Amino acid sequence: MATAAIASGSVPLSAVPDPLGRFGRFGGRYVPETLSAALDQLEQAYAEAVADPAFHAELDGLLAAFVGRPTPLLFARRLTALAGGAQIYFKREDLSHTGAHKINNTLGQGLLALRMGKRRIIAETGAGQHGVATATACARFGLECVVYMGAEDVRRQAPNVRNMRFMGAEVRPVETGSRTLRDAINEAMRDWMGSVETTHYIIGSVVGPHPFPRIVRDFQSVIGRETVEQCRRQLGRLPDTVVACVGGGSNAAGMFYPFVDHAEVRLVGVEAGGRSGEPGDHAASLSFGSPGILHGSLSYVLQDDDGQTSDVHSVSAGLDYPGVGPEHSYWRDAGRVSYTSVTDAAALDAFDTVARQEGILPALETSHALAWAVDEAARRPADEIIVVCLSGRGDKDAAEIARLRGLSAAGEQAAS
Amino acid sequence: MSLAAPPNPSSGVARIAAQFAANAAAGRKAIAPFVTAGDPDVATTAEVLAAIDRAGATLIELGVPYSDPIADGAVIQASYVRALAQGMSLDRLFAMVKDVTGKITTPVLAMVSYSIIFRRGIDRFVAESVAAGLAGFVVPDLPIEESEDLGSACEAAGLALVRLVTPTTPPERAEQIARQSTGFLYCVSVAGVTGARTSLPAGLVDRVAWLRTKTDVPILVGFGISTPEQAQAVAAVADGVIVGSALVRRLADLAHPPSTQPVVVNIEQHVRDLVQAVAPAAG
Repeated sequence: MATAAIASGSVPLSAVPDPLGRFGRFGGRYVPETLSAALDQLEQAYAEAVADPAFHAELDGLLAAFVGRPTPLLFARRLTALAGGAQIYFKREDLSHTGAHKINNTLGQGLLALRMGKRRIIAETGAGQHGVATATACARFGLECVVYMGAEDVRRQAPNVRNMRFMGAEVRPVETGSRTLRDAINEAMRDWMGSVETTHYIIGSVVGPHPFPRIVRDFQSVIGRETVEQCRRQLGRLPDTVVACVGGGSNAAGMFYPFVDHAEVRLVGVEAGGRSGEPGDHAASLSFGSPGILHGSLSYVLQDDDGQTSDVHSVSAGLDYPGVGPEHSYWRDAGRVSYTSVTDAAALDAFDTVARQEGILPALETSHALAWAVDEAARRPADEIIVVCLSGRGDKDAAEIARLRGLSAAGEQAAS
Repeated sequence: MSLAAPPNPSSGVARIAAQFAANAAAGRKAIAPFVTAGDPDVATTAEVLAAIDRAGATLIELGVPYSDPIADGAVIQASYVRALAQGMSLDRLFAMVKDVTGKITTPVLAMVSYSIIFRRGIDRFVAESVAAGLAGFVVPDLPIEESEDLGSACEAAGLALVRLVTPTTPPERAEQIARQSTGFLYCVSVAGVTGARTSLPAGLVDRVAWLRTKTDVPILVGFGISTPEQAQAVAAVADGVIVGSALVRRLADLAHPPSTQPVVVNIEQHVRDLVQAVAPAAG
């Protein structure tokens, strides 16, 4: 077992990727030659930025005053009482400016774009959180912004589409394929093929060709670093379990990465179980997929025997993706992180529960992690601690949830 | 070049080389049409391949449909969607190619995403390609850093692995790519996805002329070339041109509603016009 080498501590699990962008056998850079030079340039710009104290000072300043970091670690008192077991804590990424963790990455990459002299930004978005965070960073930095978004997602995440436009971004609905996140990434990549010399692509998750998975993980790792420190200070020790939802996997990667070398902390990623475990009914790449290449890197992919990407489903637009970041595949095969899935119905129930018990409307993506955490807490003793990455707020989902529940726009039971 | 053993004359690499040698002897340039396998259906693709062969093409590029082709523009992407909706699969594709390559002389290369090859497994994909009579591959999403495994498998099997250089490729890297390319070197005319364009990009002629000084491997130019006039202009500096989206669109327009015979006749005539445009009399 790979876990033996990890347990022996000979090679820290965090010592990835290698210079070719490999996380074990996963990752890499499978892209058209047209993009190679831009990825080399990005890698170089990132290396220079990391070595430049002025870059860190500027980013830290923005994270504090613009985003509102550090985000708090909150004891979920009534939810814990309801579950009747382990103590549940929330890492409040939903309190970040723009309502989710995505802003950590877009500010970092926006600064990289400025360093590279690129004034036009493109991005893809599923739930719209990354699109909003990109539009926000572009407004702050005075950059042109184009966001590709599947037409189905434009429909179900209308508030975010409106907010992107308020901040001056152009939102381009994508009508190809399943008209969701995967198709939005395809269109953003195609735009980049023709605009690469003047445009930076701010990819929104720990996916895509090297060096994106590493850069996005690094920018999101502020979540896990703060959590480690807050647990030590507030609780006097590290938690027993840390859980996060996984679509592409950026909030989970940022939360888990500072914990991976702490073998005593159990890490759990929760994927979108959708309607069922049948192909096409879910978006759980690590639970049901196989190694394949999608959007420039090797990772677990939901695909058929010929390598055609499968259609996927999730009630949550942000998890509705047939691939996952390569580092998650590495952690899965190394046995370091457990990946499981939660159905649409369970996630919707968790949304209701957390809203009523804690006065927080969580994003539907986050609700998957919350559903698992509540179930698990009930099975664990009261002296254990579970930290949930509360990756985003659910305002964007409120209208869609009302529709799914058959409620009026005002949240009332429609007359039958 | 390091060829330990004399090349097998029936290998893909040797058959491609023979085509370029024949072109050189006749003073003509290469036309390499691209069509999508299974669009509008497998039977029509087989007939179109035979028509392109009769029309005097030097090589044929056969697009293997893929669900997420990031290097392709709207026209080829839509053709992939149609082919997959028709139930195109690798098994059907290899069976059709095997049938067709037994009847035509023009070497056929697969334009195929590395996602497809990786899923099948390199060894199996290469073996099935050899058995089907394919001459090589163009893999548009496999940069040289990732191509060692497929490169050695192709070399062992005598298949060409065509590499691509683009306007964004720095000069040193372009030389490195040219050294590794077998069969021919694919010079992408523009930074962008596939698709017909109305004019040829500035600097293309100079770039091809520079590449010519760096490699002996034949240079074909692709992306954005649609008309006989554009083919003629590019063939003045390169060894030939690849015509893709323009042909795929023509097929799509003709095939709806489906009526196979006019499609095949029309494609054959169009490829003949392209071949004529780069024939010695035209130069």
